[in-house]
Amino acid sequence: MRQFDEMYSRLPSAGDPGEVRDHYLTYARWLKAQDSQSMASRREEAEMIFRRVGITFAVYGEKDEDGAGTERLIPFDLIPRVIAAQEWHSMEAGLVQRVTALNRFIHDVYHDQEILKAGVVPREQIENNAQFRPEMVGVNVPNQIYSHISGIDIVRAPDAQGNGEYYVLEDNLRVPSGVSYMLEDRKMMMRLFPDLFSQHRVAPVAHYPDLLLETLRASSPATTAEPTVVVLTPGMYNSAYFEHAFLAQQMGVELVEGQDLFVKDKFVYMRTTRGPKRVDVIYRRVDDDFLDPKVFRPTSTLGCAGLMDAYKAGHVAICNAVGTGVADDKSIYPYVPDMIKFYLGEEPILKNVPTFMCRKPEDLQYTLAHLKDLVVKEVHGAGGYGMLVGPASTKAEIESFRGALLANPEGYIAQPTLSLSSCPTFVESGIAPRHIDLRPFVLSGRTVQMVPGGLTRVALKEGSLVVNSSQGGGTKDTWILQD
Amino acid sequence: MLSRTADHLFWMSRYMERAENTARMLNVSYETSLLPQSAAAAEAGWEGILSISELLPSYLALYKTITPRHVMAFMVKDENNPSSIISCLRAARENARAVRGTLTTEVWETQNQTWLEVNRMLKSGEFERDPGQFFEWVKFRSHLSRGVTVGTMLMDESLYFMRMGTFLERADNTARLVDVKFHAMQNDFFGAPNYSGTETEVTQEYDFYHWSAILRSVSGFEVYRKVYRDVIRPERVAELLILRPDMPRSLHASLNEVLANLKLVSHDPESDTLRQAGRLRAELAFGRIDEILATGLHAYLTQFLERVNSLGGRISREFLMPQSA
Repeated sequence: MRQFDEMYSRLPSAGDPGEVRDHYLTYARWLKAQDSQSMASRREEAEMIFRRVGITFAVYGEKDEDGAGTERLIPFDLIPRVIAAQEWHSMEAGLVQRVTALNRFIHDVYHDQEILKAGVVPREQIENNAQFRPEMVGVNVPNQIYSHISGIDIVRAPDAQGNGEYYVLEDNLRVPSGVSYMLEDRKMMMRLFPDLFSQHRVAPVAHYPDLLLETLRASSPATTAEPTVVVLTPGMYNSAYFEHAFLAQQMGVELVEGQDLFVKDKFVYMRTTRGPKRVDVIYRRVDDDFLDPKVFRPTSTLGCAGLMDAYKAGHVAICNAVGTGVADDKSIYPYVPDMIKFYLGEEPILKNVPTFMCRKPEDLQYTLAHLKDLVVKEVHGAGGYGMLVGPASTKAEIESFRGALLANPEGYIAQPTLSLSSCPTFVESGIAPRHIDLRPFVLSGRTVQMVPGGLTRVALKEGSLVVNSSQGGGTKDTWILQD
Repeated sequence: MLSRTADHLFWMSRYMERAENTARMLNVSYETSLLPQSAAAAEAGWEGILSISELLPSYLALYKTITPRHVMAFMVKDENNPSSIISCLRAARENARAVRGTLTTEVWETQNQTWLEVNRMLKSGEFERDPGQFFEWVKFRSHLSRGVTVGTMLMDESLYFMRMGTFLERADNTARLVDVKFHAMQNDFFGAPNYSGTETEVTQEYDFYHWSAILRSVSGFEVYRKVYRDVIRPERVAELLILRPDMPRSLHASLNEVLANLKLVSHDPESDTLRQAGRLRAELAFGRIDEILATGLHAYLTQFLERVNSLGGRISREFLMPQSA
């Protein structure tokens, strides 16, 4: 299969130094001058610092050998993923466009449903969707923004000419995480390699918490000039707890748990040492299902009883809004380019991965004929379950999947198997190419904005396409080089 | 600030202080055990440590006899013993982690580093090789933790609740230490009013080490010499540890700090918590050691511990876990 590497237009091999792409030239020269011993010791230093700072994610029900309980480090790779400025500019424009259309779509779905009436998105795709929240129908939210923080997963794969082409793989509009690693990775790189930053004009990202706070404050329904913003976490045993605490601290707002909140007369308060204090904006890192035991899961202790009443009365903002999941599942994904045309009258800047919707007879027919080349996914599945990766499956697996697909075509989509781009990475055997993706974090308040770049995740196992941290993925600093 | 946050800060400091005091007591017993003394006296010393923390029954459930090695293992690295040093450091760090965003980076990293280090030291056998070194290390981590707190935290409620936790815990720990150590000597001392002049060389020597050990466990040996410029007398040891406002680990000094910090967070002039703390402090400020000894030290300290405990409960109900709707 054709390969695209971010750093090399021709990968090095025995006796061939390879050919470095222009935007990596300075870095390549620098890397060549480093001896492997010093790089290895930098890597150890990074790991020690991450441990001391406690930049960890929690793994449920596990205890690691040094007694640190259930906390793991996410492997950090020393070699940055570099993106040239002009590429980023077009990606940024594409992200603004896409997230704007997605917000318009969610508003429309919970109000006039014009896109359904126009037949662009089939009505049953919405109304049968488990993430559709009838409680949200007719509810008005400030600025008509639903997805305040969007994590858009982007991959790069070679086209027929071997040029790298960006594709959106997934829109994460509920509680996307990972931004703290983006920030900490940059801090670490600057600490380990200050000389690199004097040689490159790397666009800074450290102002992300400022933008986030501005976005959250802009979402306040209160008329006060000083809205009270809080971050709602499920607690310190949640896998992303570090990030919740980090963002609250960086923004200078309280990190609350459900037990700290209560609702009285449709207003939300937190319990403080000076009595109850009103809360105007909740940046929640708790799923819809757990937000309000009176409306959603009755056994939840992570949320706050009566929260939805206060929300619907317009007394508190919840970010991201309740019900955004209707726009980010796999059955809606294929329609995003159509949404962009429908709401904005524009051509999509960012490509979708071509997707066959098996609910359409002609797509189903194509899928059945090409199962061995395609990735077939359950529309409501997540985390790699209910999925067939054709090229990596046996004949028997393909045949058994064919049966499931025929029994319920509406439940599946199919996509060509993408060859994710690679980036040189430090591994046991030295420096070798590993597959990567990119998650930029897009903030929607009064305007749509973001810091340059995002979180680059890397699959550390040779040949693996799985970048998830729960499955041995690591992270890299992401550089947008300014001209 | 959030009540829950205040609660975590308060307990973070309490556990750190408790770890320090445990290390202090163990260290003194360990050092004393290196001196020639009767087996009975040595055992009484180790038993005293368990009594101070009210852990004798749970210790005896695990071990048949009281040996230095077992008591140290139980009080340092037994994760099932909630008062062991490892448990205290874990609890301090868990409380810190729950509110890491409220702490300065330096405070958090100090707590986290302590936790990572203690695990390494216990696993590598460093503790067994040199217990004295280990206890010193715990003490200094606690010094560092207090120092980095005072040196970097914004002087607002967060800091006040942390300080309150430190000194409330210290008042409790010092009172327990004095109670148990004086209790051990009760028959010799309080049962015989005409103490001076009748003792033999041997008991005099033993007494010196007993009292100086207590003093050293609260870093008070040099302080005693400086304040009294005299031989070590039990009633003065008691006075120093209970009533002297200038002795940093005394009950009086601890209550001064508790009250000062309580005043800073209290916004209700009618607060019963404040009244109780004020009264307790006033009694220490205006008390006299001969009166306390006349009514009985043990009874006095038992009552003091009850009142410190009740004060902790009130602080908790008023600030840390309010039951408001």
